[in-house]
Amino acid sequence: MLLIRLNPLRILNKASATILTRNIHITPAVATLTPRQTNRVKCTLIPGDGVGPELVYSVQEVFKAAGVPVDFEPYFFSEVNPTLSAPIDQVTSSITKNKVCLKGILATPDYSHTGELQTLNMKLRNELDLYANVVHVKSLPGVRSRHTGVDCVVIREQTEGEYSALEHESVKGVVECLKIITAAKSDRIAKFAFDYATKNKRKKVTVVHKANIMKLADGLFLKSCEETSKLYPKIEFEKVIVDNCTMQMVYKPQQFDVMVTPNLYGNIIDNLGAGLVGGAGVVAGASYSADCVVFEPGARHTFAEAVGKNVANPTAMILCSANLLIHANLASYGEMIKNSVSKVLLDGKVRTKDLGGQSNTQEFTYAIIHNLKPLSI
Amino acid sequence: MAVRIIRQLATTKQNTRHYSSELKKCTLIPGDGIGPEISAAVQKIFSVAKVPIEWESVDVTPVRGPDGKFGIPQKAIDSVNRNKIGLKGPLMTPVGKGHRSLNLALRKEFSLYANVRPCRSLEGYKTLYDNVDVVTIRENTEGEYSGIEHEIVDGVVQSIKLITEDASRRVAEFAFKYTKENNRKKLTVVHKANIMRMSDGLFLRCCRDTAEKFPDVKFEEKYLDTVCLTMVQDPSQFDVLVMPNLYGDILSDMCAGLVGGLGLTPSGNIGINGALFESVHGTAPDIAGQDKANPTALLLSSVMMLKYMGLNDYANRIQTACFDTIKEAKYLTGDLGGKAKCSEFTNEICNKL
Repeated sequence: MLLIRLNPLRILNKASATILTRNIHITPAVATLTPRQTNRVKCTLIPGDGVGPELVYSVQEVFKAAGVPVDFEPYFFSEVNPTLSAPIDQVTSSITKNKVCLKGILATPDYSHTGELQTLNMKLRNELDLYANVVHVKSLPGVRSRHTGVDCVVIREQTEGEYSALEHESVKGVVECLKIITAAKSDRIAKFAFDYATKNKRKKVTVVHKANIMKLADGLFLKSCEETSKLYPKIEFEKVIVDNCTMQMVYKPQQFDVMVTPNLYGNIIDNLGAGLVGGAGVVAGASYSADCVVFEPGARHTFAEAVGKNVANPTAMILCSANLLIHANLASYGEMIKNSVSKVLLDGKVRTKDLGGQSNTQEFTYAIIHNLKPLSI
Repeated sequence: MAVRIIRQLATTKQNTRHYSSELKKCTLIPGDGIGPEISAAVQKIFSVAKVPIEWESVDVTPVRGPDGKFGIPQKAIDSVNRNKIGLKGPLMTPVGKGHRSLNLALRKEFSLYANVRPCRSLEGYKTLYDNVDVVTIRENTEGEYSGIEHEIVDGVVQSIKLITEDASRRVAEFAFKYTKENNRKKLTVVHKANIMRMSDGLFLRCCRDTAEKFPDVKFEEKYLDTVCLTMVQDPSQFDVLVMPNLYGDILSDMCAGLVGGLGLTPSGNIGINGALFESVHGTAPDIAGQDKANPTALLLSSVMMLKYMGLNDYANRIQTACFDTIKEAKYLTGDLGGKAKCSEFTNEICNKL
């Protein structure tokens, strides 16, 4: 009996051994220590406005030191500097081709010389259909803040809603601004949120809305989420009104897990969340379309007053780039950079001003480079 | 001659005293749930403090009007219109019955265009933020709450945010005046004009224009997202904030969250035809009638009301008594982590008066 049971095992073992010797490709279960990548990854790079170029420089330094096989395709893309900016179709075709992009923050002025209502950010998102913005708000070890143990993910629909840029002045002094909510896009973001929760083993999805006032528009969004939730019985579903949500966030942010929101509320909660865990300089985010991803800081501030002063905190941008590497199947590099960032933050010897330290951007970047250690699995 | 002058002086003095001690009428809407209890608490404190106010209690339970629609009873409307001032407890909005929320109806009926919500950290009730002292002023009649929505085709809904110059200017002027009269230092307009360039742009422009008329008030412009980010990191950077409807709704609740919730923050609605002061928390039906509710929000709202009516002495006395009671922390209600009953808390305030 025992023999019979052992035999097939032995045969199997033998078979796998022969396969190995015959050099047939099998993906190793565990990533090797330093993967030798022959195919280099191409990535579009948009430094953005404000301190963007400084932060991107810091990312490039880290990549160089870590020997990351990524080639950047930089584009200067800016709304406040239209003459120097690359045309949008060039940028979008590059992103479509490369499938990944690292992007700083674009400044959006509150007027436009041409009277255009759409901002460059909106155009880029609509062009590429980057419909889902994901910001993981997580307390970082070593970053002092009032709240601890925050760990929530804000998923924001970002192609319609209040950001539709449909406005008109009916008569002088009376302006109408349209907020568009469609069933198709609401269903899509709801599905994205639940899929995200499933994939990342999260327990709860909370929809943030204001359906008590905007009964039709937010009502539609809410209905889409409710219906989608029925398809995911393992994930808890919860509804919260946006004003109550912000109050709960500052009071007890630990109660939230995954949140799914229409456009404007997402913007509010992203920033609020970033404020809870240490500010705009430490929270990474990403925008997804069906086939490409743009990695950008989670709270969108250009920090224009700090340009050239070498004081900005590059943590958010470096974490974005690490997420990009993980996404581009260069996980070992990504993890290596992430580990280094958390080590530097935890040690707390080198801190930028926003985290209560005295170091500058360059010193912080060098500290990360010094702490880069290949993963030992 | 001298006798005549003295007599005249005496009579005028008597007249003014008579005038100041004259009872002012004030409409009271006790509300639902815990509303009646906390209203009674406020009435008791007012009578102990000998505030010269006569309450006129009205019921605003919707009744069917001549047009067949449910609405506020005419009697309540008349009362507020006559007295020009009211205090309101929490009202329950029935969900999904098709009629407009009562709060909204009251706002519309009395043209309450500005909502003022001061949020201040209370000594004795510790939260994570201890240096909060901000006032949010919110445009209350239009914006995202215009209620104009329609489904264009199946699955495509359009909701209209309405911003008008008149309403924006009105609230901006009120905000500047409030900032000046209350000796606050700075007014921040919160907007999103980088995204909604025309609508929020108009609101912003009205604020800028008004700022020129008030050169001694420091004026600054901030994006909504920046304010959210900064507010949770360092609330002391802000003083008075003015903004359109939805942003005000969100930010005022968020600021309330910073100081310990809606149970502690007063609220006032200023209108053309009068003013309505209210507590903005819910009706808490689970503890209604059990003498467990916290009357602080309604009491502080009534203090705001007294200040609005120019009865500053009474207002300050009641406010100090209330803050002292919370600071001593001997008689705190359940929501503040104490065990006292609503009546015990109220009695303690009365003792301090």
